[in-house]
Amino acid sequence: MRIDTRNLPFLATLAIFVVAYALCVSQFPAMLSTRVAMNLLTDNAFLGIAAVGMTFVILSGGIDLSIGSVIAFTSVFTAVTVGAGLHPAIVLLLVLVLTTAFGAAMGGMIHLLKMPPFVVTLAGMFLARGAAFLISTQSVPLSHPFIDALSSFYFRLPGGGRLTSIAMLMIAVFVVGAIVARRTRFGANIYALGGNPQSAELMGVAVGRTTVAIYATSGFLAGLSGIVYTLYTSAGYSLATVGVELDAIAAVVIGGTLLTGGAGLVAGTFVGILIQGLIQTYIVFDGTLSSWWTKIAIGVLLFLFIALQRTILWSTERGQASRRTAAMGAT
Amino acid sequence: MPDMILARLKRLAPQLIALALVLAANGLVSPNFFDLTWANGRLYGSLIDVLNRGAPVALLAIGMTLVIATKGIDLSVGATMAICGAVAASLVAEGQPLAVALVAALGVGLLCGLWNGFLVAILQLQPIVATLILMVAGRGIAQLVTEGVILTFNDPGFAFLGSGNLLGLPTPVILWLAVALIVGVIVRRSALGLLVEAIGVNRRASALAGVKTRFLVISVYLVSGLCAAVAGLIVTADIRGADANNAGLWLELDAILAVVVGGTSLLGGRFSILASLIGAMIIQSINTGILLAGFPPEFNLIIKAGIIVAILALQSPALGSLWAFLRPAPRSPTPAAPDKKELVAR
Repeated sequence: MRIDTRNLPFLATLAIFVVAYALCVSQFPAMLSTRVAMNLLTDNAFLGIAAVGMTFVILSGGIDLSIGSVIAFTSVFTAVTVGAGLHPAIVLLLVLVLTTAFGAAMGGMIHLLKMPPFVVTLAGMFLARGAAFLISTQSVPLSHPFIDALSSFYFRLPGGGRLTSIAMLMIAVFVVGAIVARRTRFGANIYALGGNPQSAELMGVAVGRTTVAIYATSGFLAGLSGIVYTLYTSAGYSLATVGVELDAIAAVVIGGTLLTGGAGLVAGTFVGILIQGLIQTYIVFDGTLSSWWTKIAIGVLLFLFIALQRTILWSTERGQASRRTAAMGAT
Repeated sequence: MPDMILARLKRLAPQLIALALVLAANGLVSPNFFDLTWANGRLYGSLIDVLNRGAPVALLAIGMTLVIATKGIDLSVGATMAICGAVAASLVAEGQPLAVALVAALGVGLLCGLWNGFLVAILQLQPIVATLILMVAGRGIAQLVTEGVILTFNDPGFAFLGSGNLLGLPTPVILWLAVALIVGVIVRRSALGLLVEAIGVNRRASALAGVKTRFLVISVYLVSGLCAAVAGLIVTADIRGADANNAGLWLELDAILAVVVGGTSLLGGRFSILASLIGAMIIQSINTGILLAGFPPEFNLIIKAGIIVAILALQSPALGSLWAFLRPAPRSPTPAAPDKKELVAR
């Protein structure tokens, strides 16, 4: 059986995760418990949800630097408006509409002004963070029976693990994301756009509409991620989640998605998130390592994966070239 | 010769007008903004403060301009600043002579640049990805150097870099002016600048034409690393301590913004270091102006975002076609005529 070279980065990531987890367990057998596994999901739920949006954006050949700020904005907005007496259900709906519109506006600018997504979403990053500052610079506590019911809901698993509501939400987002990417026209358009925008346009992909939809999706998921973050911390703070976009990008790249777009899997991002969570969990278990090792480890992993992708790309190009010359020789 | 000066002024006109507008606005909100006084052997005043506070971004913008001119981007400069500051501070705190600490810090900056250049030029990674690696890992490395604390030191010679005076101006101002002058002369008094622009326009074509693209691409990242090292030294000397978490945090974005405001396209090609420096001063004047006006600093980011959007819209290649799309078709009756005239005037 031949393995598709495009899926090789994903398989490599999966293998690294399994090996790393096995190594961790051999050192700390307690890491095999459902409790640790479930905490890993819960602690990274907000990052995972945002990373699904980032996967779509990167698959299309773009980038979204605004998600960390959007998460902070969402959490502050939710905490302040719920504190002012609005019902949380209305607030959550409102905030999702707002962030989706924000993402759509960025997508519209990228398409209409033909500017690099990098700069447009950088402006978006400043804007969302500034808006969060304007609402409140303090850490606003959040308490409401509805919110408490949402955040304290969980299933108890054998072994003492708790499958929390936000972990379930993250898994649901990943499943829906994978289906959208692989089984819908929108998903196919994203891959086409990331592969080659010109060919995509010639093939009849509505580039403008797709671009707006991609960034709107990213905005929506950043908003959802912000809600999850608010539930997770029970507070809104405008200085929170600085640099989350980098963690999300790292998860996507480690998960095997090409940063140039056009190739990658939503499932890969899930494994990328798990690997980052595993590094953090290991550092907590070890106790002697400082938390900054997380960053160095993630940087090293990033380099390894990017180098791996590069070699795969080279070898396939060389393979195609040699096949072409062979075909020419035959005729 | 006057033609050349005129052409250059024309190129810088949007930036100079923007700077003049921002400064005028600052003068309105704070009437003694333009006052300069001489005391303790140096000039004091809000204008000098703008030049002084803008030093790190101005330094980063010099290297960033060259990198962007090759169609690249360097996200790691903020992290490089933190590493270099940490290295210098730890050496000085250990009691090493100042010269050793400075040379080591500059060397580390060059090393960071070499790493980025290697990834971009030899492994041919996308610049944004290649420099992302150091951006993520760099702060961790800086933490490793400082061992997780804010390293403070008490060396008057080192502190001089951040808060001393030279020739009647704060040292950081002299430093960034000197670096800008040196880089500017090297790049513009030789063919190097032209070759850098050629790489940005079409790397393959310039390689085929005999330009040593690998060498030049590595060189621009080296310059960027060196500029970041100097900026890191200034920031560290200014607070007399190396803060691995916050030194240079998000300054890469300000530096990119300064270059974009300066009119150098992110798609590579023609560049102007002078325009980027004016861009850096525009950003700093806005920051200072917001503080002087008594606005809460929360407004800072919103105003910055608004300015980026405005500048993007103005520079956008699509704007012309957007105008063409928005104005009534030429064949339609008379109302089209005044619009058209207006367009020509633009």
